[in-house]
Amino acid sequence: MADGNTPPGGPARAAAAVLRPVRDYRRLAWIWVRAVAQYPVSLALMSLAVAVSVLAQVGAVVIVFGHAGTLAGFTVYEGLMVFGLAASAFGIADMFMGAVERLGRHIRSGSLDAMLVRPVSPLVQVAADEFSPRRLGKVVPALAVLGIALAGTDVEWTLGRALLLPLMMLSGVLICCAIWVATGCLQFFVADAREAANSLTYGGQALTEYPIAIYGREIVRSVTYVVPLAFVSWQPALLVLDRPDPLGMPEALRFAGPVIAVLACAGAALLWRFGLRHYRSTGS
Amino acid sequence: MVETGCFCTFSTCQGATPVRVYCAVYARGLRRYSTYRAATAAGVFTNSVFGAINAMVLLALFAARPEINGYDATDAVTQVYVAQALLAPIAVMGPALDLSDRIRTGAVGNDLLRPVPLMGWWLAQDMGRATFDFAFRSVPTFAIGALLFSLVLPGDPLRWVLTLVSFALAVVVGFAFRYLYSVVGFWLMDTRAVWAVMGPAGPVLAGMLLPLTLFPAGVADVLRLLPWASMVQIPAEILLGKDTLPGGSVFGGLLLQAAWPAALLALGAWATGRATRKVVIQGG
Repeated sequence: MADGNTPPGGPARAAAAVLRPVRDYRRLAWIWVRAVAQYPVSLALMSLAVAVSVLAQVGAVVIVFGHAGTLAGFTVYEGLMVFGLAASAFGIADMFMGAVERLGRHIRSGSLDAMLVRPVSPLVQVAADEFSPRRLGKVVPALAVLGIALAGTDVEWTLGRALLLPLMMLSGVLICCAIWVATGCLQFFVADAREAANSLTYGGQALTEYPIAIYGREIVRSVTYVVPLAFVSWQPALLVLDRPDPLGMPEALRFAGPVIAVLACAGAALLWRFGLRHYRSTGS
Repeated sequence: MVETGCFCTFSTCQGATPVRVYCAVYARGLRRYSTYRAATAAGVFTNSVFGAINAMVLLALFAARPEINGYDATDAVTQVYVAQALLAPIAVMGPALDLSDRIRTGAVGNDLLRPVPLMGWWLAQDMGRATFDFAFRSVPTFAIGALLFSLVLPGDPLRWVLTLVSFALAVVVGFAFRYLYSVVGFWLMDTRAVWAVMGPAGPVLAGMLLPLTLFPAGVADVLRLLPWASMVQIPAEILLGKDTLPGGSVFGGLLLQAAWPAALLALGAWATGRATRKVVIQGG
């Protein structure tokens, strides 16, 4: 909307055009944080409940590895590292972009129409809607598991690896955000399709929580070249562990995360524009 | 008003009024949910995808250890698809009963004027929903599972009959939980927190995240006796004909599965009585 017709100007203006949605998002999210903070006990309990559910998933991973010993050559700590990478990336993406999955509800209730007349990008408004810090309950334990796993595996830390890991994690978050937006766009066309989107968002998380080599070559190929889920946890894990790809895929792929992330975000942004352009109000 | 148990025996439909009301409510519940076709198709797709992911993880696990606590790979994958098939009818991850919203808005005042008890009314309506979900979500999901993977499909018709009885009891347990969560709203107004706290626990305790069989033996034995297990673990073991069932037989399992809804619904009736004596309808 407003960011589409920014007049051409100096680099300061260009920077403002990029930073404006971020600022808008921060303001809208802050309103929700303040609203939620009115009920601190409720917030604490719900965050705790989310954290417990993450720990249950960690328990499941530990049980599976406990029975199997190793999966795809990964020990339990290495498996937990994959889990931590996947859960933190999806958790952070869920916190910032997860609300997009409620697009169908905004379309049905007409609240999307109200967003379209406001001078803030509708994607920012939809994504910041009902922003809740309780999702930190998912992110914090996931990062803790990642930390414990990294301490438990003998990674040969080099400067390069130490710098690349955060970059790959950021790429993973961006890929997850892109998946959330792209699947949310489906609801522009089929307003009831929320659950189908979940098969890629939450399903993507479930898939990447384990070393994906266990799913076989076909699936690894499709989550590398079609839906880039492999760059969320699998390729970063191979990079950190400095391990050859068990399926013999190109080693360069483990450095490709940032490029894939930018492409995925651009694709998701295009899809959103396409969807919004084809949006017709329900008119009720 | 004691006919709560037999709301759809058509032979008695002509005589007693409450039974006719229950039949009508049941039929409306069934019809209401049959209108969301896109959502139903999306749900089957998502359940199948999650089933496939869980199944592949377990297949990788059982490739390393062919037998764990009496389960082999086929048993485990069958339980995965029982869980995914039952997910919609038992609604363990939601949606909440509409009763929750009606308590919050005060519309429950209308419900309390109806010629049948509150719990019976919602039970009848929810059984209608569950019947639709069973036919159009459970059956297709399980069929897709059977196409993709090899599942345990007993040849004995009696086993299937017992399994269906078990599934029906699982659905009643699912309703009982959701009814209790809703009725808490008479005291708390907003039951979303109840769902946020109890929601994530359900799939874990039910044996949906991972078959309880894989848990350490002592833990699994305790969890099997809790009401959540009656929603997935016990029905799966009845289909598989396992001797780990309570009492070591199918009938022990069914007995436990019947005892829980009886206890939970009694609790629900008691809570409803307490609530309606103290209730002050809000709204105006």
